[in-house]
Amino acid sequence: MAEEALTAGQYIKHHLQNMTYGQHADGTWGLAHSAEEAKEMGFMSINVDTMFWSILLGVLFLWIFRRAAKNATADTPSGLQNFIEMIIEFVDGSVKGAFNGRNAIVAPMALTIFVWVFLINFMDLIPVDWLPGSVAWMASTFFGADPHHVYFKVVPSTDPNATFGMALAVFMLTIYYSFKIKGVKGFAGELTLHPFSSSNNVLQLIFIPINFLLEFVALVAKPLSLSLRLYGNMFAGEMIFILIAIMYGGGWALGIFGGFLHLGWAIFHILIITLQAYIFMTLTIVYMDLAHQVPEEH
Amino acid sequence: MNINLTLIGQSITFAVFVWFCYAYIWPPLVNALSERKKKIADGLAAAERGQHEQELAEKKAAERLKDAKGQASDIIAQAQKRASEIVDEAKDDARTEAERIKAGADAEIEQEINRAREHLRKEVVVLAISGAEKILKKEVNKDAHASSLDELAGQL
Repeated sequence: MAEEALTAGQYIKHHLQNMTYGQHADGTWGLAHSAEEAKEMGFMSINVDTMFWSILLGVLFLWIFRRAAKNATADTPSGLQNFIEMIIEFVDGSVKGAFNGRNAIVAPMALTIFVWVFLINFMDLIPVDWLPGSVAWMASTFFGADPHHVYFKVVPSTDPNATFGMALAVFMLTIYYSFKIKGVKGFAGELTLHPFSSSNNVLQLIFIPINFLLEFVALVAKPLSLSLRLYGNMFAGEMIFILIAIMYGGGWALGIFGGFLHLGWAIFHILIITLQAYIFMTLTIVYMDLAHQVPEEH
Repeated sequence: MNINLTLIGQSITFAVFVWFCYAYIWPPLVNALSERKKKIADGLAAAERGQHEQELAEKKAAERLKDAKGQASDIIAQAQKRASEIVDEAKDDARTEAERIKAGADAEIEQEINRAREHLRKEVVVLAISGAEKILKKEVNKDAHASSLDELAGQL
């Protein structure tokens, strides 16, 4: 499917570039026409495709579940209702199993993460050229844009912004609840009095910065690992899909071989996207649980 | 792959979604589920109770049947007893009646015998007297010998 004008490298790069809206170097606002332009826009720009798909899928999730919530009765459920309730029970079970505190926000958040991340990841299963190709065609047909400079990334979780954004929100919540449940003193104590402690005051004073360094790294590692795990997995998966897609341009024998590879990887990927959604959810629950643990006395 | 405003946008979007889910999706679904759980538990309990009651009823019915059978056999036994009693009574009645009839007949026979004997005695007396008259060729004075005649008749 790689267009003749593109080499394999260009094809891959093209697929890895977000549709970025921001201020050009000359001061005008608009979409970036190349990766360099996107980079120059700096922080004050936005990935239109990531936002579009994540919001669209999120709204889809909320719409379906809201409909199920409206129809929810104690009578026999049917079809979609049953499926939705199965997911709810699954998430509820996970939360009850891992979260020991009392917080009504955790279970809905876990549900949101699980379904939303799953839907976002699911976009990875759509053949890599369909949506970007359609968008490029529409842009060139209706707006006269050069299709080679229309970038469109379909899977928001292959954009670190999306995964970091979610992890950041979770991180903020864990910080908030850490302060709320443990108190400033308790939280500060947790960060500075572990893992080394001593009854000798001088020794303890030396230990505090060491402890803080260790604990702070551990604290910051949580959102980083949370987001990078999802991003890395999805990015790698997407990359393999792109590489397989390149094979379609290499003659019919390679194309058929690529077709089988594509099928196999897509089936395997169903497992990965579900697993990643589940891991993201479970880790969020665990982090929230850690934030709700009352410090032990030393 | 640049970090940009999308990061903030995603955080806000995520927060809004979580809030919506928290406010409008999670509570009704979970409530419905717990309500259904309760309903199912109630239904199962009711079914179990029903089964238990049925078992009790069956047991009771079996007991009643047993009682009824016992009563029936009692009644039959009583009836048989009563029947044999009636037969015995009838037999006794018949026997006494027969004995009574026999006794009556015996008495009558006795009477007849006595009567015949009396009659015979008188005839013998007359015969004897006439025989004696013939032998003696003279009239026996009945008045003179009345006492001896009576004595004779008594001996007969």
